[in-house]
Amino acid sequence: MAETAQKEMIFVTVNGEARAIPGGSSIAAMLQAIGLDPRKVAVEHNLEVVPRSTFEDVEVREDDKFEIVHFVGGG
Amino acid sequence: MNAPQSIAADTWTVAGRTFASRLIVGTGKYKSFEENAAAVEASGAEIVTVAVRRVNIADPNQPMLTDFIDPKKITYLPNTAGCFTADEAIRTLRLAREAGGWNLVKLEVLGEAKTLYPDMRETLKATEVLVKEGFEPMVYCVDDPIAAKQLEEAGAVAIMPLGAPIGSGLGIQNLVTIRLIVEGANVPVLVDAGVGTASDAAVAMELGCDGVLMNTAIAEAKDPVMMARAMKSAVEAGRMAYLSGRMGKRRYADPSSPLAGLI
Repeated sequence: MAETAQKEMIFVTVNGEARAIPGGSSIAAMLQAIGLDPRKVAVEHNLEVVPRSTFEDVEVREDDKFEIVHFVGGG
Repeated sequence: MNAPQSIAADTWTVAGRTFASRLIVGTGKYKSFEENAAAVEASGAEIVTVAVRRVNIADPNQPMLTDFIDPKKITYLPNTAGCFTADEAIRTLRLAREAGGWNLVKLEVLGEAKTLYPDMRETLKATEVLVKEGFEPMVYCVDDPIAAKQLEEAGAVAIMPLGAPIGSGLGIQNLVTIRLIVEGANVPVLVDAGVGTASDAAVAMELGCDGVLMNTAIAEAKDPVMMARAMKSAVEAGRMAYLSGRMGKRRYADPSSPLAGLI
């Protein structure tokens, strides 16, 4: 975290909670920072589903809203 | 329909995918992932329903369902439980498709929390949109033969009428409408919801349903693994009884022993 702390932090909303991440992060970097395996989740970015293949390419911007979901038990 | 030579050869097909087990089980309400996995194994189910929910970003290392029930061996059927509008259900399934890569999904759009009865107006709307987007929706619905027809026309790949309210365990309340749906459908019909015990599952199958979907009946049994086994047997028994063609009903007795030769 020491090197990323040098970067300016931006605020985004993830699953309804405010979260600070380094400016210029990709979605892949954001998932890694949260500690999530990108193969096990799906991401919605400002109400649009993000194809997993583009996680590295999409840059996260201030005030972006994310929903990160996975499969849980259900009937 | 041709009677199969043995129950092992009796398969069913939904949206081009063929399965031997006619029992679909849910993965909610279990005490642990271990118990859930053991019940799925005992049930013989090849399809499980799963829900799509937010990950816990405060504790991302919690165990996940996929660690216990392997999506490569068991078909995950993502559902839209908890959605009360077509838009919510469509949004959920778009995410589910990205998470798992599956087009085969279970659509349910609920009308109210008290009964969890389906909202058929929203359900039909969601079915039309999902089919346009390339999904193959198996659709939870009321036990209404006309609604079932409309869903089929909209592109539902399976019709899944409730037997009784979700989680009620009351058994199949309207045998007539379930039978009418089965007789009128050109896609698989599965009773979804309301099964409480093994005989309820057998009744669904005896009516000619292609399968049964259940969650609470197994998960809330005192011994879920044994109940899962019971449901497997009940579905097979009901299916064989349907295929074998039951005897006609009579209003009065008919002796099984010959009357001739009585002393």
